Amino acid sequence: MPFLEIKNVSRFFGGLAAIKSVSFEINKGEILGLIGPNGAGKTTLFNVVNGFYHPSRGEVSFRTERISGLKPHQICRRGIARTFQVVKPLQRMSVLDNVVASAFLRAKDRAEALGIANDVLDFTGLADDRDVLSKGLPLGKRKRLEIARALATRPELLLLDESFAGLNPAELDASIGIVRKIREQGITIMIIEHHMKVIMAISDRIVVLNYGEKIAEGAPLEIRNNPQVVEAYLGEAQSA
Amino acid sequence: MKRYLPYIIAGLLALLPLAGLSSYVMHILILVIMWAVIGMAWNLLSGYCGQVSFGHAAFFGTGAYTAGMLYSKLGISGWWGIPLSVIVVSVFALVIGYICLRLRGPFFALATLSMGVILRITAENMVDFTGGDLGIMIRERSWVEKTWYYYIILAIAVGTFLAVKQVMESKLGYYFVAIREDQDAAESLGINTTLYKTIALVLSAVLTGFAGAFYTNYMGYIDPKVVFALHDISIVTIMVVMVGGVATYWGPGVGAIIMVLLAEVIRSIPTLGTAHQTFFGILLIVIIIFLPNGIVGDFAKLKRMLGMAKT
Amino acid sequence: MSSVQLQVFLQTVIQGFLLGGLYALLGIGMTIIMGVMKIINLAHGELMMVAMYIAFVLFSAFHMDPYLSVVIAAPALFLLGVGIQKYLINPVLKVDSILPENQVILTVGIGMVLVNVATIVFKSDYRQTPVDYSTKAWYLSDFWRTSPIELSLSLPWTVSFVIAVLITGGLWFFLTRTDLGKSIRATAQDQDAAILMGVNVQRVRMITFGLGSALVGAAGCLFIPIYYIYPDIGGQFTLIAFVITILGGLGSTVGAIIGGLILGLFESLTATYIGMGWAPVGRFIIFVAALIFLPGGVASLIRTRKFGK
Repeated sequence: MPFLEIKNVSRFFGGLAAIKSVSFEINKGEILGLIGPNGAGKTTLFNVVNGFYHPSRGEVSFRTERISGLKPHQICRRGIARTFQVVKPLQRMSVLDNVVASAFLRAKDRAEALGIANDVLDFTGLADDRDVLSKGLPLGKRKRLEIARALATRPELLLLDESFAGLNPAELDASIGIVRKIREQGITIMIIEHHMKVIMAISDRIVVLNYGEKIAEGAPLEIRNNPQVVEAYLGEAQSA
Repeated sequence: MKRYLPYIIAGLLALLPLAGLSSYVMHILILVIMWAVIGMAWNLLSGYCGQVSFGHAAFFGTGAYTAGMLYSKLGISGWWGIPLSVIVVSVFALVIGYICLRLRGPFFALATLSMGVILRITAENMVDFTGGDLGIMIRERSWVEKTWYYYIILAIAVGTFLAVKQVMESKLGYYFVAIREDQDAAESLGINTTLYKTIALVLSAVLTGFAGAFYTNYMGYIDPKVVFALHDISIVTIMVVMVGGVATYWGPGVGAIIMVLLAEVIRSIPTLGTAHQTFFGILLIVIIIFLPNGIVGDFAKLKRMLGMAKT
Repeated sequence: MSSVQLQVFLQTVIQGFLLGGLYALLGIGMTIIMGVMKIINLAHGELMMVAMYIAFVLFSAFHMDPYLSVVIAAPALFLLGVGIQKYLINPVLKVDSILPENQVILTVGIGMVLVNVATIVFKSDYRQTPVDYSTKAWYLSDFWRTSPIELSLSLPWTVSFVIAVLITGGLWFFLTRTDLGKSIRATAQDQDAAILMGVNVQRVRMITFGLGSALVGAAGCLFIPIYYIYPDIGGQFTLIAFVITILGGLGSTVGAIIGGLILGLFESLTATYIGMGWAPVGRFIIFVAALIFLPGGVASLIRTRKFGK
């Protein structure tokens, strides 16, 4: 029984298909990398899984329950949390309050929410910044705040949308460490990433999208040697 | 000290009538406190939850008419309008929310503005029901003295202040601000934004309705043009909070003092009286350009307490 | 349907159509400002009021025909609009505040000042420009003696309608055929792309606000032979313009034209068949219905047809 099943999902915008009958599954406990050139439909797929968009065709099921058609907050309550590629911190709230706001999803009262939030901030290494207004954070920490907020909803499946983009090498190492630690806690991860070395290193399996269609799926090594992928994507990335 | 500040201020305000103030000064105080209530109510929905309403006259007027029609149609005391308005205003707020809350930002603002106007025109035209343009006159006034009116509106104000504070320090408060800061992020973090926006709207509307019901009993006369007024209610409500401080506990109170006093001063000087809208308009423009978060709000900014002015 | 009923109905439709043409001009002004600046100008009707008083002064002082005063009032409103955008709205766009609706509230403040200044200068009296053609009309029986029903076409309404159509046509030409017009459309569609293409967005914004103001100023002159003038007249027209914009689809010029015509017809029908006092309610019922059933406005219907689903 797949953990998350994406079945024949298409999504059209004004007649143009952003994703075309994409199907794949995610198994519990794995890290699945989602790659593809710009405009391949990766973020659109996240928006479909997370409920911002309803699929035009096909359906998404999470632990045997059909979730496509639900609203984002309902999907989050069922255990799927996400981050945004363009970070969306709650700007005028402190880092702590950002995380407390999401921790309330599983907390009875403020004290419990604060407890969850503080744990998550320690876990993601943001504890020292807890009182900083989130709009004052540098980009690297804002990306990490996205992860922290998502974690505070106690997800079983975490969708990370380019959480490593724009980080300096030190921040990158820290973030990769955090992602590995998240997996050790038993949380399944689907990750969109442009950074090839990172994605190859941390993914168990990789799905490649190009022009809205799935063109390959497999272990990192298979993907690296898949001629179609090399043509569509890796060539471009390696030359860049 | 800071913790007890609301209680100290409430205590001082409760002692004020003992000073033997003139009827006029009491009237001004009552108006200030009433506007502070409306401002705090608006602040909950618009300042904290970010859903800027241009139509709070809809709720003020509904509360006022609930009280007025209890008297004119059923012949019972208009004071029952205060408890009854909870139900009536909530129903109106739910309907208005259902229509308007699907819109975001300025479109929500304009939709609420329209709601206020629709209710005014309806009240003007349903003559059999509301008395139309003639309004409703409460012939038997409860008291000649202003003291009891003062204590009633003060009790409503203290209740409103504590309610807002309680809400803002609970899960609701976090959710409201999260929705204001980024609705999509809030939704994806498991917050049912439609539900919580509706809660904010109903709470805000009910508190505004209290002020409306009080107004009917205090002034003894209402008509649609007064209680559903776009400028003199909806826009002044916004000004009270913008001037005082958006999303602050004390902003509406400070704004109410400034706005009521300013209106009185301008009105009392004959040469300026006709220009009072100009003064209000210029004040609004100046505040928006130079103190966008109001007097209290930008005071707090200096202390790095922008946004949720929490201790 | 008896011939009297038919007569009333047709007369109502004619009246609604003529009103709708003027509404369209009003709505276009607001919708292009909204398209480019992404702000709602709640001083729109008040700007129209200013233009009406300009025409009134020109008429009282120089006996200038209200229709002719368009050539003075519209440019004057253009300058006023540019000034408002440059010195009031632009600074606020840069201010960091909790509520982004600050800009809308700002235009409310501008409107308040305009109304109040007009009240001080002109008093709250109802004014009009008594032109000799104000009650002239063409009657159907003049052209068709044996006509079973009688319909009339008011001269000032018709002239206003025709001028409104001409101005709209001129605007369409400007927006589609000139470089400046094209940059305005580009900015409305995608500001970032427009900047990359070398469009001076600051300038475009100023010109757009001026243009929107000039259009509503022209509409004001066209309304003068038909309406009384008083300082508070603007408020209802701000709302009308907004309703048209929602009905037509935000930022859509064609939508605003269709929206204006729909609203004019609907109001005219409400006034005839339900009662004069309810006409404004009809306006808002349309508004609410558009919000619920047609969130993208008429423009979304046009788009759906063009691109399929």
